[in-house]
Order: sequence, then C-alpha cells, then structure tokens
Amino acid sequence: MSPLRRAWARFRRHRFAAAGAVIVAALAFAALAAPLLAPADPLAQPDPVGLQNQPPSAEHVLGTDRYSRDVLSRLLYGARVSLGIGAAAALLAVTIGAGVGLAAGLASPGVDQLLMRGVDVAMALPRVFLILLVLALWENAPAGAVIGLIAVTGWFRTSRVVRAVVLRLREAEFVQAARALGSGRMDLARRHLLPHLAPTVIVSVTLDVGNIILLESGLSYLGLGVRPPAPSWGNMILEGKDQLFSAPWVAAAPGVALLLTVAAFNLVGDGLQDAFDPRRNR
Amino acid sequence: MLTFLARRLALALVTTAAVVAITFALVHLAPGEPFVAGAEGRFVPPETVERLRERFGLGRPLGVQFARYAINLAQGDLGESFARHRPVADVLGEALPNTLLLGGAALLLSFVLGIGLGIVQAARAGTLTDAALGTIVLAFYSVPAFWLGLMLLLVFGEWLHWLPVAGMTDAALHGTLSTLGRALDVARHLVLPALTLALVNAAAVARYHRAAMLEALGADFVRAARARGLAEGRVVLHHALRSALAPAITLAGLSVPALLTGSVLVESVFGWPGMGRVAYEAIFARDYNVITAVAVVAGVLVALGNLLADLGVAAADPRVRRR
Amino acid sequence: MSEPLAPPAAAPAPAPSPAPLLELADLRVTFATEEGVARAVDGVALVVQAGETVGLVGESGCGKSVTALAVLRLVEHPGLIAHGSRVRFEGRDLLALAERDIRAVRGNHLALIVQEPASALNPVLTVGSQIAEVIRAHQQVTRGEARRRAVEMLKAVGIPDAEQRYGHYAHQLSGGMRQRVLIAIALACRPHLLIADEPTTALDVTIQAEILELLDGLQRQMGMAVLLITHNLGLVAERTKRVYVMYAGQIVESAPTEALFAAPAHPYTQGLMAAVPRPDAPRERLAAIPGQVPPATAWPAGCRFHPRCPLAWEKCRAELPPLLPAGAGREARCWLLADGPHVEAAP
Repeated sequence: MSPLRRAWARFRRHRFAAAGAVIVAALAFAALAAPLLAPADPLAQPDPVGLQNQPPSAEHVLGTDRYSRDVLSRLLYGARVSLGIGAAAALLAVTIGAGVGLAAGLASPGVDQLLMRGVDVAMALPRVFLILLVLALWENAPAGAVIGLIAVTGWFRTSRVVRAVVLRLREAEFVQAARALGSGRMDLARRHLLPHLAPTVIVSVTLDVGNIILLESGLSYLGLGVRPPAPSWGNMILEGKDQLFSAPWVAAAPGVALLLTVAAFNLVGDGLQDAFDPRRNR
Repeated sequence: MLTFLARRLALALVTTAAVVAITFALVHLAPGEPFVAGAEGRFVPPETVERLRERFGLGRPLGVQFARYAINLAQGDLGESFARHRPVADVLGEALPNTLLLGGAALLLSFVLGIGLGIVQAARAGTLTDAALGTIVLAFYSVPAFWLGLMLLLVFGEWLHWLPVAGMTDAALHGTLSTLGRALDVARHLVLPALTLALVNAAAVARYHRAAMLEALGADFVRAARARGLAEGRVVLHHALRSALAPAITLAGLSVPALLTGSVLVESVFGWPGMGRVAYEAIFARDYNVITAVAVVAGVLVALGNLLADLGVAAADPRVRRR
Repeated sequence: MSEPLAPPAAAPAPAPSPAPLLELADLRVTFATEEGVARAVDGVALVVQAGETVGLVGESGCGKSVTALAVLRLVEHPGLIAHGSRVRFEGRDLLALAERDIRAVRGNHLALIVQEPASALNPVLTVGSQIAEVIRAHQQVTRGEARRRAVEMLKAVGIPDAEQRYGHYAHQLSGGMRQRVLIAIALACRPHLLIADEPTTALDVTIQAEILELLDGLQRQMGMAVLLITHNLGLVAERTKRVYVMYAGQIVESAPTEALFAAPAHPYTQGLMAAVPRPDAPRERLAAIPGQVPPATAWPAGCRFHPRCPLAWEKCRAELPPLLPAGAGREARCWLLADGPHVEAAP
C-alpha cells in the first residue's frame, strides 16, 4: 500500500479523530448555511423590553440576550466569523512560516542563522500584548486587520518545523541526485521538497486553527476583535458577562460552541499527526 | 556551563530590548493622543495637552525619546504614568506582586496536575482510563480561559456560594483581620482565578507529558530495567519519569508567556488587581510609559522563565551539563 | 547467594541428565503487524543444563533475540507468547508465574544482557546506582551495603577507579566500559543463568575479546550457565559446549559444538560455515547462501529453508520436517535424515 493510503487507513481507525472531522464538517456546514439554518435574524431586536434575557424555550432554543436577539441565530452567524477568521489566519500564517522555513533551510548557513535568531527573538515577544496594543491604538482598523495581525505574529513555530524538514531532506539522496542532474533551487523546492512538506504543513495548519479561534475569541472578549452588533462568539460572551448570574445561557452557549469547535480541530490535528508519523506514541 | 549561561543571558537581554523597542515604536507611532481623555474621562483643554506634551518630551524625534527612555531605564527610572499622575514604578509595584502570586500559584498547580495526569495516562496508555482522561484533558485544552473562569464563577461563586466572586480581598473585612486572616482571605480569592489558569495550562502540560512519558517508557533502558526485576512503580516513577523530566521543566519555563497572557483575560474576569488589568487600562488610556514598562516587565519575566527552565534541564539531565 | 558449582563432567550422549536449568518447549511468539501476523518464534525447544554454556546461532531475523525476551516474559505489545508454550526454569513454569514472582526471578536468578550497551543504561542516573538498585530490589540490604557491593561488582568486571566510576553517567563511559557495567548489573545477584544476546557485536574488535574473557572468567567463578546468542560462528566454536542453530523461527539443528563444526548436518548450517572466510582453507570466492531470509509474516510452506537449499526436493517443498536424529546427541530438521527413499534433486 502506498504511504498515503496507509496513512488514511490509520486515520480512519483513529475513531476520535474521525469524530472530530465530522464535527468540523458539521460546523463548516452550519457556518456556510447560517442564513438558511438560523431561525431569526441575528441582529433583529423584536422586543427589547419584553423579550430580553429569556431562558431557552421552544421558540428560542437557546434563549435571548439582553437585546432580545435570538442566541441560536447569533451563534450560527458567529460560527462564520470564528471559522472564517480561524481558517484565513491559519492559512496565512502557515504560508508565511513555510516560506521563511523553506528559505532558511535552503539558504547558506549564515543567512539561515540570521533568520533563525530573528525567529527566536520574535517567538519571545508577548503575542497577545502586542496584538492588543496595535488593535487598541489603531482606530478604524479594517476587518482584515485581526486576521493579518494574528497571522503575522503566529508563523514562527511553523517556520522552525518546515526548516527542520527541509534541512533533513536536503541531505536525502534523491535531492542530491536531482541537484546532480542540474535542478535549480526553485525547481528543487517545488517538485521535490513540497510534496514531502505537505504532511507537516497540514498538521501545522489544523493544530493552529484551534489556537487562533481561541485567540480571536479572547480579543473579541476584550472588545478589540469583532465589534458588536456583529456576532462573534467572543463578543457574545462579553455581552453575556453582565447577565452571567441572571441569564447564564447567553454567555454559556458561545463558550460551549468554542469548546466543541476547538476540540474538534485538535482531534483532527492529532489524528493527522499520528497518521503521518505513526512512530509517535499515541 | 558559564558560557552557556552567558549566552542565554545575552539572548534574554536582546529579546527584552527588542520587545521594548517594538512596543515603544508602536505606541509612539500610533495615531491618537494620550492626554485627550484624562484619567477621569474629562475633557482636557488644548493648552493643558500642549503643556503635558512638553513636559513629557513628546515633541522630540522618536530616536531621541527612545534614547532618553533607555537611559532612564538603565537607571531604574520607569517614568511617570500620564493617566494616574504617579511614578510608573509605583503603579507596577502594586500590581506585579499580585500577578506573580496568581501566576506562580497557577504554574505550580498546573504542573502538579499536568505531570500527574501525563504519568497516569502513559502508564495506562490505550485503556479506557487513558481515553477518559484524554477526553477531559482535551476539553480543558480547547476551552477559552476567560470563559472557563466565568463558568467557574457562576458555579462556585453564585450557585454554590463557596468562593468569592471578585477581587483579591474582601474590601470590607480585610483591614480588620489578623495577618493569618488576611492571608486566608487572599487565598480564598485566589482559588478560582488560579484554578482557571491552572486547568487550562495543566491540559497543555498533560498532553505534552503523556507523549514524553510514552517515549521514555518505550526506551530500551526501561525494558532493561524491567528485565532486572525492578518493580513497575520504580520503573515508571524513577527511570521513566526522571528521563522525561527535562522536557517537562523546559515546558514550565515556556509556560510563562502563556500564563502572563492568560492573566490579562483572567484578571479582568475576576477583578484581580494585577498587571493584566494595569496593561489593559493603560493601552486604552494611551499611557505610553506604563505600556512600555509592562512590556519591559513581561520581557524580563519571559526571559527569566526560559533561564530557569534551562537551569532546571541542566539539573535534570546530566548529558547537558557537559556543555 | 548461590555457591559456585563444580563444572559438570563432559557427557557425550543424552543419558538421563539431571533436571535441566532451563527448558523451552514449543515456544511460540507472534507479532501483530500491519502486514499480517509475524510468527517470529514458531515452536522452539531447547535445554540448558546448570553450569554449561550453550550457543544459539542464527542470522538476524531468525527470532533468537525474541526467544531471549520470551524466556524473561518481556515480550511487549504487539507481541504475544502463545498458549501452549512452556518455559521451565529451575522446575517452575515462568509463563504461569504471577507478576511479582517473575520479577523475583528476573535479574536475580536469571539475567539478560543485550546487544546495545548504550541504550540499556538510563542516561540520567549514575551507573553505580543502577547496579545498587538491582541489589536492593532482590536482597534485603541497606543502601550503604548495596553501594559497597556495587563497587565490588565494578571492580569484578575490571573497571578501574571503581569508587569514582560509581558516580559517573553512561555518556562518560566508552562502549566497552558500558558493557562491563551491564555485565556487573546482570551478575550483581549471582544469577544461575545468564542469557547474553550478542554481547560483543556492538563493540570494537579489540574490546570484544576482553569482554568475552571477562564473561568466561566470571562464569567459571560463579558456576553460572550461559546461553550465548549470536550470529558469530567463531564465538560459538570457541566458547560453547552445545549449539542450537535457528532459522525462520525454529531450531533447525542442535549438536555438541565439536561435532557440529566437524560435520554440520543441516544444509543451512553447512551454508553458514561455508560462508565464513577461513585462512586455513583459502578459496577463490566466498560461498554465500543464495536468496534471503523470508519475512516472518510469510514463512515458506514445507521446509522453511527449501527455497535457498541446494539439496531440496518435492518432499521439502511439501512438508515441514520435524527434528530428526542425526547422530549421538544431535538432531536436525531436514528430510535428508529421514529413512526411506528419496531422490537427489537438481538444484
């Protein structure tokens, strides 16, 4: 059996990972189909006085918040934000990281050392603090700012991992053979190295998404990520905080959603990691 | 050994300097004025703003400002807080110990919990126990810390009334208590926030340590130890654990940044008067000196954490000591 | 601590001997792998008498190391010792013992040393403490006494500056020294049987001789039996009294050493010996056994050696031969030894 097929067979056997994948798929579907699935408009406030802070009922499955908005609908639309930002930032971060890692791995030792020292220092910077700072000071930040900031501060681990793989592969026989046959660096990177990097990169992305979703929710909780009234799971918790004791479902629901989402991504990431490298102990 | 320490110290200094420089630049280059909204939120007349800018030297070129800051910093002068009209050192001096208390307690608790879980899971790898514990660990690893804090607050503070819901001390009673009483009061208030941070961090430690222990347990010398008839407990706790300790200690040092970050959110949930809260307020008030000072402290703490981790590793793994 | 026993008198034939120290019968060990079930050890029977040195010879992949682990019940998942296997040591079935009882045997009455000295020592603990802990595990002594005995053992295995070396770590010792330490650990409780799995293969040639001499000396001192597992025929020729030859998970020949080397009965053994370069019988080309050892998941039908055997014929391809008598105290798993007509086959 080809290594890829064996990896797939292992992944399928790892039932938790499969469950995670199912949950991720369901979430993606829910996020994409939010307009169809949501029972109400997430921004609508039908009865701000009479219907506020209603506990879960037949009509409002997860209750209403203090502005009488339907929590379930906001939750579904919030999924779009969390998953969207999570995916976009993760992909961007991995692209930057892989690029830097590739460059460092293929470059001369001097350039490599310089890049990696830079990465060392960058890794020691307090990420959340700096993102907070920029977001707080940057008035009228565009919507993509959060994605960009998260990505720009989160590619370091990926670059290290990719660099390690590249360095290892560089010494591999097939690469030396290709170079002996005259392949240039770009060609080398594209045809020989990238396929081998794919597993590493895929695992990196999947495991990063979970962290990024948590980070975005934290930023929104502090009022700096997605601003209300647009729903994000983080800012829903922020708004629900004030009614924590009187209407706990407003803050509880988005938290549970976050937990399930991040856990699902982590399960998939773990499963992928095991599938691609079974020597790691489970 | 000495060269090793010297190198780590140098890296720590460079990193801290980078943090300070970046923070300084960001803060000063960002649009917006620090004095427009005063500490009390009142409108400040333009002449006063001008005078304050003069006083704090904000009109000068950035390089000059940074140089002045650096010189002062070297002498231990952190400047004055714009918003609170007090020396920054005082402001931090009040808040830092609280954060250290919270962070320290959380770190300790998370390690005891995390390493314990890692050992149990590795020793029972593949069984139902492992799967059950693993699921719990995954849940705590995937949960947002601030939300966990809110939920704990809800359950233990409001529903069960076991623990207080805010602050570090009981403002009304605190002054009247004896020293022991005061310590206990703080301890009661410490439980929930520390637990919140600890549970989330413990999950990360447990995940990592389970893998480290599994690797150690699979090592040849572990099988050799069993071949000599040593009791399983000794094999796991003495042989396997000792060799998995070095990476665990590194993880402890590397947890410091995460704990500092977590404390920003958790302190706000529980109203804990620490550096997180100070940083948050300073950012919104554009209190440059406080922000920069927080960056310095954060940088130093992280560097210290890494340094201690390296020392700990050298103590745990004799192979490292050679260098 | 046992008394050193007088070495037994040389016995040529399998006359009714005293109860063997170690007796393996129908030992089977399987491993569940992705490619199927690997029958690494498939019906091994062997005997070691008290005080004697027995060799177990075979190429890598024949299952000899797994046999050693199985004796001590150290086979780990995904390996499994099959029901029906018997491992009798000093009259007790090791496979039926409770966990704490077998722990009392390991390292105490029965010891194992392995091929890679580097990996068998815990890198973060001092070498001395690893000797002392074995002593304390099996004997009721104080820490101080255990330490003292550990230092004694270090001296006994020829390590200079024993007192100082006690506190050293594995990475501070050379390969030869590490193997000496492992021997010290193995012999610390005066075992009755030592299983030595490729004890010198990972060492420099010059050190190999020293280690073997050391083992020899200690064995005579303690009157201990040794099961020497190796692929090195020279070792076996010099140091063992009886030899078992193993191939494809089974014993294919057993004989007193001299007889084996004088006239090997099984074609595999003959092939092994022909492949060893000898200065006293120079040849144009080294004779290698054609083909390769088959994978343990797919042993050939019939005689497992038949695909590579120059003397194979239909019966070999069809039926697995049992161990057949091949002379005084000798057996071999080959149809050539069976009575009855057989046809010389073309290779």
